[in-house]
Amino acid sequence: MNRFTVSGSPHVHGEYSTPKIMYGVVIAMIPAMLVSVWFFGLEAVRVLVLAAAASLFFEWVIQKYLIKGPITITDGSALVTGILLAFNVPSNLPSWMVIIGALVAIGMAKMSFGGLGKNIFNPALVARVFLLISFPVQMTSWPKPHAISQGLADVITGPTPLGIVKEGLGAGKTMSQLKPELPNYMQDLVGQMGGSMGEVSAIALLLGGIYMLWKKIITWHIPVAVLATVVIFTGILWGFNPESYADPVFNLITGGLMLGAIFMATDMVTSPMTHGGQLLFGFGVGLITVLIRVWGAYPEGVSFAILLMNAVVPLINRGFKPKRFGANPGVKIEA
Amino acid sequence: MGLLKTFKLGGVHPSENKLSAQVPIEALPIPKKAFVSLGQNLGAPSKPIVKRGDEVKVGQLIAMAGGFIGANIHSPVSGKVFKIDVVLDSSGFRRPAIIINVDGDEWMENIDRTNDIVREIKASPEEIINKVKDAGIVGMGGATFPTQVKLTPPPGKTADTLIINGVECEPYLTADHRVMLERGEELLIGTEILMKALKVTKGFIGIENNKPDAIAHLSMLAKDFKGIEIVPLKVKYPQGGEKQLIKAVVNREVPSGKLPIEVGCVVQNVGTTLAVYEAVQKNKPLFERVVTVTGKGVSKPSNFLVRTGTPISELIEAAGGVPDNTGKVIGGGPMMGKSLLSIDAPVVKGTSGILLMRMDESHRKPEQSCIRCSKCTYVCPMGLEPYLLSRVSKLGNYEMAEKERIMDCIECGSCQYTCPAAIPLLDYLRLGKNKTGQLIRSRNKK
Repeated sequence: MNRFTVSGSPHVHGEYSTPKIMYGVVIAMIPAMLVSVWFFGLEAVRVLVLAAAASLFFEWVIQKYLIKGPITITDGSALVTGILLAFNVPSNLPSWMVIIGALVAIGMAKMSFGGLGKNIFNPALVARVFLLISFPVQMTSWPKPHAISQGLADVITGPTPLGIVKEGLGAGKTMSQLKPELPNYMQDLVGQMGGSMGEVSAIALLLGGIYMLWKKIITWHIPVAVLATVVIFTGILWGFNPESYADPVFNLITGGLMLGAIFMATDMVTSPMTHGGQLLFGFGVGLITVLIRVWGAYPEGVSFAILLMNAVVPLINRGFKPKRFGANPGVKIEA
Repeated sequence: MGLLKTFKLGGVHPSENKLSAQVPIEALPIPKKAFVSLGQNLGAPSKPIVKRGDEVKVGQLIAMAGGFIGANIHSPVSGKVFKIDVVLDSSGFRRPAIIINVDGDEWMENIDRTNDIVREIKASPEEIINKVKDAGIVGMGGATFPTQVKLTPPPGKTADTLIINGVECEPYLTADHRVMLERGEELLIGTEILMKALKVTKGFIGIENNKPDAIAHLSMLAKDFKGIEIVPLKVKYPQGGEKQLIKAVVNREVPSGKLPIEVGCVVQNVGTTLAVYEAVQKNKPLFERVVTVTGKGVSKPSNFLVRTGTPISELIEAAGGVPDNTGKVIGGGPMMGKSLLSIDAPVVKGTSGILLMRMDESHRKPEQSCIRCSKCTYVCPMGLEPYLLSRVSKLGNYEMAEKERIMDCIECGSCQYTCPAAIPLLDYLRLGKNKTGQLIRSRNKK
């Protein structure tokens, strides 16, 4: 008699798998990686490789020697965290700081919660904020972008556009007076501005976002909600007084907003489960970002905004349920 | 072609793999021994009225409905009752069956065995329902709910629409497809009979767009039938689910926990409708059906007209035998079918297909951590949160499972099909449904 496997339905499985999703995110990050290497040179390569390797290494060490469980470093999630960490720091960050960042991201923010899928906060952002608070000088000295085609010149540091605005407005200048110090919109879009190495190019990040939408890795809800909220909120302020507030387009394409909206806030693990919840989550991220940018002590607030909203995700999940079939039939039958 | 109709919430699109779509229905030789299960319908098992040694003819009543939700069983073969004994059936349980040693093929005299199509419906609605009941007809899509019960709306409820389910959304299966192509006119007369029984004037036949030949053929034939409309549907699983089909065809939403009659609809499967035609117009009870035998390793994927009680092994033999690398045999389709313990189990009224899976297709991927991607929630056609329901079921919190509407789950498997972490979501959901059902019943008793 033949012996057959007996199991419950369904007996077929679809195309998705965790590694496929994670490596899909890695592919989506390639344009931004290329731009960072283009503008920040070999230093960017150093930070990228180091952050990725250290993240994988720490996950392996913790799984093998502390948890003594299965090793899952090939699922791609630690690689994504590593690259995102590199994206979130300046390209001239000392190597040992990058390694500490990876340890914080993987060890503290991810594995101590139970590993993949269990963490409350985005690991790369926890590491970024940890580094920012611990090493404020190194984390805010931004190398000036310098196209690789113009040779490997000495690294000069300078402020980010958001930093220029924060400082300038704080010193009593008007937006018109600050204008000559700022890069133009075209430079903002391609990424020729100071900033963390992965956040500078809005175009590269958008390309990655489109790829992830196409591959159904993310849905449009969170990025659109974040970006729309920032544009509308800063638009109102700007309309109210264009000399005291930066315009919405500037807010949209400078700083870490694109990176945050497309790659960080959309992290599946730390964002809400339903589209309604995701819209609220995105709105919250956008709102807090603008509050910090305009009235906070830091020039940039995307990281804090996402982490703060990460904390309320369980609450959002309770309040936002999917549309249930048959809950509101709303059909009248004629007798 | 414009936008095709479909249901809105969730759904997936597994590879269709309709290998046997172009293979005409072929009558399978009568088995030497028939194992007629007494548990062929949802509800009460049937009670045998024959005993060892009795001579029976094809179509003779051999077991009576065991209750209101029950169905008669007729002998699929002629011969002598060998014994009544337990047999391992396609449910995986040993259940009583009437075992008949076959001798010739002698039919009851009152069955019209000619190929003439009887178009004129003489029976009154009451007579139709009685004939359906006598003929032991059940839902042949797989749910095996007794058909006469569906044709008798509870007091206070009326139907205004009949929907014939020609969706066949399960991958691989083609039995309904072939019936629509080869028995189209009888199918339409069957539809008319059901409409008459329900006293409705509107009948729809919903067919997914991956069967354009069936849509074209029935649309042409339907010109001669008043009130019957063929509705092409966008291919999306689980469109063959009653609630999804009603939503797709007439855009009505069956309320949670209610039956289709609540929104004035009755849904019948294509195979069932053909059986109704045969019962009412040809006096032929339900003892044979079309079964798809298929699989990527099967040498001759086929559609067989099979007597119930035929061992499944004989169907597989006729389709070229069990391939060497077969790892799993499924009764039904790959999304909702049950894997069989043994291929000696007999064909029953609800057997729509036999699917042989290769060894490399037979095992689940290893379960990984949930990455909270929400894909299970996006694809759930009932708007549930499978990740949450499986979690609370695992933890035994059935009060919360009930509050989160676990009883709405139709067990279509879309969540588990989609899950990137290969979590057996539906296993946990079935467990949770079972336990939550017990909880509700014990509470209602108090």
